[in-house]
Amino acid sequence: MPVKVLIPTPLQKITGGKDVVEAEPGKIIDIINALDKTYPGFAERLCQDGKIRRFINIYVNEEDIRFLQGEDTLVKDGDEVSIVPAIAGGSH
Amino acid sequence: MKYVKGLKCRECAREYPIEPIYVCEFCFGPLEVVYDYTKIKKVLTRRVIERRPKTLWRYKELLPIDGEPQVGLNSGFTPLVKAENLAKYLGVKELYIKDDTVAHPTLSFKDRVVAVALTKAKEFGFDTAACASTGNLAHAVSAHGAKAGFNRFIFIPATLEQNKILASIVYEPNLVAVDGNYDDVNRLCSEIANKYRWAFVNINIRPYYAEGSKTIGFEIVEQLGWEAPDSIVVPCASGSLLTKVWKALKEFKEIGIIKKVETKIYGAQATGCSPISTAFKQGTDVIRPVKPNTIAKSLAIGNPADGYYALQAVKESGGAMEDVSDDEIIEAIKILSKTEGIFAETAGGVTVATYIKLLKEGKIDKKDCTVLCITGNGLKTAEVLNGKTTEVYYIKPNLASFEEALKKINEKKGR
Repeated sequence: MPVKVLIPTPLQKITGGKDVVEAEPGKIIDIINALDKTYPGFAERLCQDGKIRRFINIYVNEEDIRFLQGEDTLVKDGDEVSIVPAIAGGSH
Repeated sequence: MKYVKGLKCRECAREYPIEPIYVCEFCFGPLEVVYDYTKIKKVLTRRVIERRPKTLWRYKELLPIDGEPQVGLNSGFTPLVKAENLAKYLGVKELYIKDDTVAHPTLSFKDRVVAVALTKAKEFGFDTAACASTGNLAHAVSAHGAKAGFNRFIFIPATLEQNKILASIVYEPNLVAVDGNYDDVNRLCSEIANKYRWAFVNINIRPYYAEGSKTIGFEIVEQLGWEAPDSIVVPCASGSLLTKVWKALKEFKEIGIIKKVETKIYGAQATGCSPISTAFKQGTDVIRPVKPNTIAKSLAIGNPADGYYALQAVKESGGAMEDVSDDEIIEAIKILSKTEGIFAETAGGVTVATYIKLLKEGKIDKKDCTVLCITGNGLKTAEVLNGKTTEVYYIKPNLASFEEALKKINEKKGR
């Protein structure tokens, strides 16, 4: 079972309108780079100098990767990765 | 007459048209409304504002709408209370409470942002309004949305107090309680917003919604007789309110309503959820998310979207950030109630307690003219005071019983 990656609206132009794409298991950073081969420009949007951009939050099975191992968080078969713009939500 | 030019990414400055979008497609930075200040300067003066009804819409040229206001026509312009008793209690010279505990219609500052968000949602032609909320925003979207005729989807953490749930459900929105904390609800809503074409006030309408917070800043200046105070203390969850209060002062200067802004902005958080304050104290721009654990649930955002910008605003203004314990929050709620007769929710306790701490640390001058932003009503979080108030005197319905109680009261007074 591959890894399921949820794509936010601003990235869907790159994925040809798809809101979910599939990837092989591995580290988050490797998954991003692998998806960049299928969807050129994907990695550039999400990363700067090999690090996830400040305004992007990535979750593995609903847990923020900053509470896991960041870019090196290992994603297994059947896991769900969600990419969410950091700026969504909140106001106080 | 249109005063809004478009949207612009705060990070890379790419420009976008006025649409229900909120992040830059390129770098994911937040989009912000850009105004034509030259045009606004010609029409918006102190005299023009003073002639208008006392609502937040008196500053409408500085709000991101194209037509006339449509929602929240009675919201805003809450009292700026001169807090002489509290000032005396704390030994400070000049202190004011910006009192949004009496905001119309749902008793928190969220009535402001939702008034703007839903007016904009109408302009965009949405029929469904939605939000992710810890309570106050849910109330405001439920109520304003009912009056404005929207379908409403309100997403809340399932652990929310009964009172807060009731204050939304009474307006009969579709209330969805999610098994998770606010950050979980928020993430889920971002995923839902991708799929359904709804006006999520704090997601795809966010650039417009957040602008509504500026009206607190505008009102403070106007109510002080067209002058910016020396310092303002603002509670922080996502950091948006603080950022916008700062922006309001700068905009008033930009269009010539005031001549100078020397205000220092101070951010207040609960220690149990203090990612922004922690970053400030550690001297870093990197905000590490936290898992919230505090009674100040309306501020319990562990992953603050505008945290970075709030930090910049605090630093640019020469202010500071501080955070306070749950006990300090409760003590501060009680102090504000017994000195000023204002019953604030936990976020207000955070603001007052943080102010007291900053005074002790010498970070706010006792001679400053200070404004505390009290953003929500105490009845919303009344349960935190269970067992923490003074006692009630229970008596029989006869004079003897009363006089026995009176004796006790006088003894206590004498002590």
